[in-house]
Amino acid sequence: MFSYNLRLALRSMRRTPILSALMIGAIGIGIGVSTTTLTVYHLRSGNPIPQKSGQLYAVQLDNWSPNEPYGGTSDHLPTQVTYRDATNLMRLGKAKRQNASYITSMTVIPHNRNQKPFHVISRVTYNDFFPMFDVPFQYGGPWGDADNSSRAQVVVLSHELNEKLFGGANSVGKDVRLDGNRFRIVGVLKHWEPTPHFYDLENDSFGDSEDAYIPFDLTVPLKLQSAGNNSCWGNGSDHSFEGHLESECVWIQFWAELPTASARARYHQFLGNYVRDQKKAGRFPRPVKTSLRNVMQWIAYNGVVGNDTRSLVGLSFMFLLVCVLNTIGLILAKFMRRSGEIGLRRALGASRHALFRQYLVESAVIGVSGGAVGLLLGWAGLFGVRSLLGGNAARIAHLDWTMIGISLLLAIAASVAAGLYPAWRVVRIPPAAYLKTQ
Amino acid sequence: MMEFRPILSAMLRNKTGAILIALQIAITLAIVCNAVFVIQQRVAAMTRPTGLDVRDTFAVTMRGYTQDYRPAHAIRADLDALRAMPGVANAASMFHIPLSGGGWSSGFATSPDPKAPTVDMGVFHTDTHGLDTLGVKLVAGRNFTNDEVIHTTRDTYTWPSVVILTRAAADKLFPKGKALGKAVYVGKQSMTVIGIVKHMQGSWVHWSGLNRNAIVPAVFLEPRAGFLVRAEPGQRDHVMKAVENKLQGLHVGNYVQRMRSMERFRSDSYVGDHAMTVILMVVTGMILAITAFGIVGLASFSVNQRRKQIGTRRALGARRRDIVRYFLLENWIITTVGVLIGSALAVALNLWLVTTYELNPIAWYYIPIGVVGLWALGLAAVLGPALRAARISPALATRTV
Repeated sequence: MFSYNLRLALRSMRRTPILSALMIGAIGIGIGVSTTTLTVYHLRSGNPIPQKSGQLYAVQLDNWSPNEPYGGTSDHLPTQVTYRDATNLMRLGKAKRQNASYITSMTVIPHNRNQKPFHVISRVTYNDFFPMFDVPFQYGGPWGDADNSSRAQVVVLSHELNEKLFGGANSVGKDVRLDGNRFRIVGVLKHWEPTPHFYDLENDSFGDSEDAYIPFDLTVPLKLQSAGNNSCWGNGSDHSFEGHLESECVWIQFWAELPTASARARYHQFLGNYVRDQKKAGRFPRPVKTSLRNVMQWIAYNGVVGNDTRSLVGLSFMFLLVCVLNTIGLILAKFMRRSGEIGLRRALGASRHALFRQYLVESAVIGVSGGAVGLLLGWAGLFGVRSLLGGNAARIAHLDWTMIGISLLLAIAASVAAGLYPAWRVVRIPPAAYLKTQ
Repeated sequence: MMEFRPILSAMLRNKTGAILIALQIAITLAIVCNAVFVIQQRVAAMTRPTGLDVRDTFAVTMRGYTQDYRPAHAIRADLDALRAMPGVANAASMFHIPLSGGGWSSGFATSPDPKAPTVDMGVFHTDTHGLDTLGVKLVAGRNFTNDEVIHTTRDTYTWPSVVILTRAAADKLFPKGKALGKAVYVGKQSMTVIGIVKHMQGSWVHWSGLNRNAIVPAVFLEPRAGFLVRAEPGQRDHVMKAVENKLQGLHVGNYVQRMRSMERFRSDSYVGDHAMTVILMVVTGMILAITAFGIVGLASFSVNQRRKQIGTRRALGARRRDIVRYFLLENWIITTVGVLIGSALAVALNLWLVTTYELNPIAWYYIPIGVVGLWALGLAAVLGPALRAARISPALATRTV
């Protein structure tokens, strides 16, 4: 029965090629536009670490000025912490794991004299960074706790930097010169590209990961400076390195791994107590305020998806609605033109059900064709978005299977919705009325 | 207008088609008004005057890497080489580059009192060549002298004794005017305002303080050194290549970390706005096309359905013009219902965008312009089918089908 209906649908579409093309085109363009915007939204709002995004928490403390609240966020909490708080919280170590890190600019001086020195971004971090964020290693592994405290000059290279310096060979145990200092390589990462770059949203959320990772405790001996965002209040006149470490400037990203709800509650309690202790030492002039946000909450809080992307999704659904209304009108016109034929078939004994099914199949055929056209257009649209955004836009503008499935479902749903009313309307035509005029 | 009644009653007998078209027009109007408004806003932001010579300037970032790297010596050598190169109009030491998205901002006050209100502004550290290289226009006071330029490190930084402000910065700090010669404070340190620059955009193009900038005479002796170079008109790309080779070959212990034209900085800063504009333009074009084709399709269908009726009217004395007018008027009524609903919808959509996505409220005149535009679109779309209807022969009335 289905194949018979299908044959009828195809024949009917061939009979009115222009009208059919208009309907398929309208559904196709509607789907194409929605697919493009939805894909960008889907990839921008994706979960970069689904296996434990609910257990990793960004830590925020309100250490801001008594005169005015921090202005960069909706709840007036700074998004980073001070060096003092970072080192204190690391020392107290109340979470299952915790990590403080920031980025710094460095120069790699290759052993090969023909290779020019070049600039890299290094993450200055504790070794818990790697197990906390499930960072995959190709060779070696993180440095040990002993290296943290002995201030050993050790480094973990990114896959890309290892390719560039050692042609991808196992370089563990070899040396690399960073800013004139020798570092022993203890590990090399596999290609790792969390999208978005959730653990540091201060800079480009969809930018590259760091090129190298070095121990946090080298900050003081090597006088490392942050290459990221520094926000300060008060005491602004002291620009010395030591003064900066003592200051209320925030520039360090702090994360805690809290596997259970009770661990989270305990840690929240602990942060409150910590702030109250600091108040006794004359810091934290504002009311006690702390926050723990998990990965997805953190991404939403930092507005990673962007208002443009979200408003485009809304707009594209309105667009799709126009396309559906358009198709309803065209399908209705087409079906009504066949009133005579329908009247005849009803008079000869065809049930309303049979006719209804036939017309729905015809709508679905239009939907599937429209969906295919829409996928092509969506693919072209994403190509356009990539060329408009340039850089790393491929990370937020490529079709994946989820989106292909969603688009096809959307196309079929849209066109069946568009076909329902005309099919219902047309089978209710009293056969006698049409037989009479013939 | 005498056909008004019969058209209306004919429409009421076959409502569905008319309702579908009116709804389409309503949503189209809402989308198009808001899209065009957003496009216009973004284009206005992108084409604001920068006050800078964007076309001819480019930034060079150098980085020292040897153990015996001497920043003062290297910066001197690099600047001397740059200024002597053919095609280079001027070059200056400049720690942060306007429009680049990277910068320095500080709170300025008119008194050293820690409770005094501060005005956040962008800070640009440069030397005596800075103003000319940027291409900004000094409208009052004077440029820095060589003696006023301090050489410092970030560690030991203290503010220099003089500062040049943009007009916007000066007006914000001194609403009554007369900023020249006054003292401004960052914390407890004071600087004298020695010059006012007409206009200059700062580092972050989406910041409300974009036009408030302070230029201070300081050169940082750090591993990273920044230069801004202005090429002779039209020679930028060619000069950029020559500069890269030249600086690489000086052997003063540094290498070229990055070279980028100010034009590129600007387009990178606006990449999202540019993308949004293009996407909205494409969407607007497509939705207008779809709505127009929808009207053509339904009008053709309704002409086909009424062939006999049209033939009868023609046989009874209606002129071709009357038939065309009938269809135009019918479409106009439908479009008008659509744009009435659409105007309300456009405002509602805008309210939603304003409250949820922090867009600006729409200017009222976008809606009447949109209404007129959709009237024209509707009439243009229905004209073809209406003319075809007018060609139906009166003889048709005498036939049975």
